[in-house]
Amino acid sequence: MPSAPLLLSQAFNGLALGTLLALVSSGLTIILGTLGVLNFAHGALFMLGAYAMYVVATATGSYVLAVVVGAAFMLVVGVALERGLVRLFYARPHEDQILVTFGAGIVFTEVARAIFGGNALTVPTPSWGQGIVHLGFLFYPTYRLQLIGIIAALLFALYLVLYRTSIGLVVRAGIEDARMVGILGINVRRAFLGVFALGVVTAGVSGMLYAPIISVEPDMGSNFLVQAFVVIVIGGLGSFPGAVVGGLVAGEIIALTSAFNAAYSDVMLYAVMALLLVLRPQGLFGSEGRV
Amino acid sequence: MTAPLLEIERINSFYGDSHILFDVSLNVGRNEVVALLGRNGAGKTTTLRTIMGVLAPRSGSIRLDGEPIQGRPPFEIARRGLQLVPEERAIFGQLTVEENLRLAALTAPSAWTLDRIYEFFPRLRERRRSGGRQLSGGEQQMLAIARALIRDARVILLDEPFEGLAPLIVRDLVRVSRELAEQGRTILVVEQNVTAALSFADRVYILNNGHVVWEGTPESLRADPALMKAHLGI
Repeated sequence: MPSAPLLLSQAFNGLALGTLLALVSSGLTIILGTLGVLNFAHGALFMLGAYAMYVVATATGSYVLAVVVGAAFMLVVGVALERGLVRLFYARPHEDQILVTFGAGIVFTEVARAIFGGNALTVPTPSWGQGIVHLGFLFYPTYRLQLIGIIAALLFALYLVLYRTSIGLVVRAGIEDARMVGILGINVRRAFLGVFALGVVTAGVSGMLYAPIISVEPDMGSNFLVQAFVVIVIGGLGSFPGAVVGGLVAGEIIALTSAFNAAYSDVMLYAVMALLLVLRPQGLFGSEGRV
Repeated sequence: MTAPLLEIERINSFYGDSHILFDVSLNVGRNEVVALLGRNGAGKTTTLRTIMGVLAPRSGSIRLDGEPIQGRPPFEIARRGLQLVPEERAIFGQLTVEENLRLAALTAPSAWTLDRIYEFFPRLRERRRSGGRQLSGGEQQMLAIARALIRDARVILLDEPFEGLAPLIVRDLVRVSRELAEQGRTILVVEQNVTAALSFADRVYILNNGHVVWEGTPESLRADPALMKAHLGI
């Protein structure tokens, strides 16, 4: 039986991983819900964000500048990917959409490998994030703690966009019935571009923020892609609250299982997902018969 | 004589390979309420969907105020002032009543205020914070009509507004429809409930197997039981 401090520390790790998964998955679920496209390039876009962070942070030494420039870069990537490729597949079967986004992901991964090589790169922790914080009886890396706050703030910002703006209104309505949104005079195709770009930026920013605590390498996104799929199944396909709660649940499952036996953490995650699929197939926040 | 506000000329519509509408022509004048009647499967809903641009006609023309609109996407047609209130109502269940209305008003050139809508439908004011999926069938239908009104649509296409509702609610909605007609709204209504539809229509078309088979006034239709029986089964 692991000790109490270890469990507590793992619970914190779970929170850090959980908020990150929540952010990654919300991008994936918004795209799926609104556009009906399961974006298999999402993990590679997470990886691109991490490399953007590496390039700008190494060149300028500024973490904040790197996030801003990186987010702008991801926006360009998102718009180009939607206009140039994904848009042509809205009317195609799901298999085609999966194949084309999966293919785009492979291209991104191999381009990164061609430019930066296959070796793991490190992004330094920002100066204000170095060191360790003493939390009562637990020591915890400062940046990881800050990251929880930063991501929580971003999720809140995303919440405000979705629930307090006209754009968010169109997105939420589009998740339910894109056809009716068009009948009410809204150019759904243009809204789709915005949603796709927003989802891509979300994936990229997640990669940027996480870059200082993991090694940056071309294949780093694939693991997150799979976990994000599990998260949106747990939370309910197309549901933003579902992605947030699902992300936190998944993060804690992985981290707490690791305290007992790290080899079982993914197994436990799938077991919980399978159980949920039996008991509540639409997921925690999903509605029945959707997507 | 001025041209009708909405003119449909010889449209042919298909679902895949099946030919649904055959040279359907009809028109709706300004401030006129026109009822499109017919049995199930006669092509009434298809006609409305074709006008709204949900379905593109293979041939024929649809003009709003003289401007051709056939083949345009629904959002452009909506911005020109046509508004379909679909049979299934298509209320956004995850959005509140007020959000449903705000969404509808987003691209309307001359949107009504929420207050004006709530004066017209006091029930919706009471329910404004409720989610769409919590509404009763009657309330959903009111909200569906309210979304067209808040856009100040020049022509409202009402698809089976009374379907599946309790008689008391139908009476309420018929009253609302009459009020709209008296205000001079232009409406094309499709309905199985012939009595209800005739109670506020100025003119009637009957559709049978995708063909317009009769055109006339509610009075002349009521006076012709044989016609009612032949095409409407009543």
